[in-house]
Amino acid sequence: MEITDVVCALCGCVCDDLVVEVEDNEVKKVKKGACSVGKSKLMGHGRIKSPAIRENGSLKECSYDDAIKKAAGILAAARRPLLYGWSSTVCEADKVGIELAEEIGAVIDNTASVCHGPSVLAIQDVGLPSCTLGEVKNRADLVIYWGANPTDAHANHMKRYSYISKGYWTAEGKKDKKLIVVDVRETKTAKVADVFIRIEQGKDFLVFSALRALLLGYEDVVPEEVGGVSKKDLLETVRLMKEAKFGITFFGMGVTQSTGRHNNIVNAIQMTRAAHTHTKFSIMPMRGHYNVNGFNQVCTWETGYPFSVDLSRGYAWYNPGETSSTDLLVRRECDAALFIATDPGAHFPGESIRHLSKIPVIQIDPFANPTTEFADVVIPAAISGVESEGSVYRMDNIPIRLRKVVDTEYLPDEEILEKILEEVRAIREKEGE
Amino acid sequence: MERMNARLISGRTIAQGQNLDNKLSEEYYNAVAICEMNEKDMEKIGVSADENVEVRTSYGEVVVKAKEGGGNPEGIAFIPMGPWANAVVSGDTHGAGMPQYKGIDAEIEKSEEKVLPVKELMQRYMG
Repeated sequence: MEITDVVCALCGCVCDDLVVEVEDNEVKKVKKGACSVGKSKLMGHGRIKSPAIRENGSLKECSYDDAIKKAAGILAAARRPLLYGWSSTVCEADKVGIELAEEIGAVIDNTASVCHGPSVLAIQDVGLPSCTLGEVKNRADLVIYWGANPTDAHANHMKRYSYISKGYWTAEGKKDKKLIVVDVRETKTAKVADVFIRIEQGKDFLVFSALRALLLGYEDVVPEEVGGVSKKDLLETVRLMKEAKFGITFFGMGVTQSTGRHNNIVNAIQMTRAAHTHTKFSIMPMRGHYNVNGFNQVCTWETGYPFSVDLSRGYAWYNPGETSSTDLLVRRECDAALFIATDPGAHFPGESIRHLSKIPVIQIDPFANPTTEFADVVIPAAISGVESEGSVYRMDNIPIRLRKVVDTEYLPDEEILEKILEEVRAIREKEGE
Repeated sequence: MERMNARLISGRTIAQGQNLDNKLSEEYYNAVAICEMNEKDMEKIGVSADENVEVRTSYGEVVVKAKEGGGNPEGIAFIPMGPWANAVVSGDTHGAGMPQYKGIDAEIEKSEEKVLPVKELMQRYMG
């Protein structure tokens, strides 16, 4: 059976025009629409077969009920629990997660913390002159990727939304557009650019400042070289920006994970504002997971803050740097952690993992990964967007509904969390008696 | 044996992404337990492609397989994001919540040690 308009649950592009062949309740082929990374996810990998609890150093298979009871017991007894992940699952699950965090006075944080968290901080500082990817597709004649390598990380981005896509006012696709790539490395994206600007590692802030100065007419204050970029190249970049009818800067981890962090993004946004004195210009973070943005939306409407929210005080307290996962773990503050749809074992600094190996850890995930190696309770889940449906937010804040294409015996994240919450409430009620 | 100073960057690659849900596999190990370097830097430390290098920072050390290229200029080394890169990145967030995943000062030299499979690598954090 052919299923059309399947939505890809992999990266922030959330491509929604996939065609998938399903037979005997199994995805046999991804016929259209997905990049190689999305296709790999839809075709599937080895699953966690059963819930399990660690006993004497080894995971022992158990029932869903036993794993959920064990998880609830750990969370109800914890004094400083961390609930982390939430970006590769749906908004409905995120909502229950926040309710659970409130119930047990946990810190709840999502993968933005180690991704575009600095962008969120910058946006709170100075706002974000942005747009939708549809506007980019139909209008942009100048595309800048800064510290972002979509060819590897968002493989359909250029084709669907930016440089290669054909839009209403850009009918000839890339013939109507210019592509500038700013990066430390000559990435695959840099190789197809009209202009590649190699920047010295960690000097993004300086180069944004120089471009701001030039856009605002202060050529005299810009030295002959800034951050490894010649003044000649800076002037040429500014010429292209001024001549564009509609420009867009997409920025990635090259900017958020380097020295300067949110300050780099503040300056990138101010550069966009400086460009507004000449033409239409927009800016957008290249959000990684398909629903990293969705968690930030849900968390904001539920608690007032987008991520790294500490609910231990009985009200929401937000202070990334203090209430963010890495800081909590490096300070060895947490005494229990729940990880859902994420893999800190692979993606957190070693220093954080060292602490995680010493505290009770609950993992909810369809797939075994490095986190499984130290998890004490492992709860397998349905794959959102393949085996269960739900709402997600694309990188440009557009909500899209994920489809279910095959049935499964595994419980969806939302249901697992609801069961844990119910069990936690029962324990607390009993304790209160 | 010659040793070099480098600035280390970690980040996504297509092969890393294709194996995101397959991290205990050989495909993931082959895609992620690597260090891409400029050819001149490899020559400098006397290492050829697919030989092992030890990457050492103030935060830890890890052995990975050297690979040519990746578009790195001299002095820049790249390890795909994952447990091998994270063995040597900093957990200091500079008060912003974000660890230093890019721009870490590192020393790199040829190594005869083996590249640890992911399960053995995780064992280093236990106990």
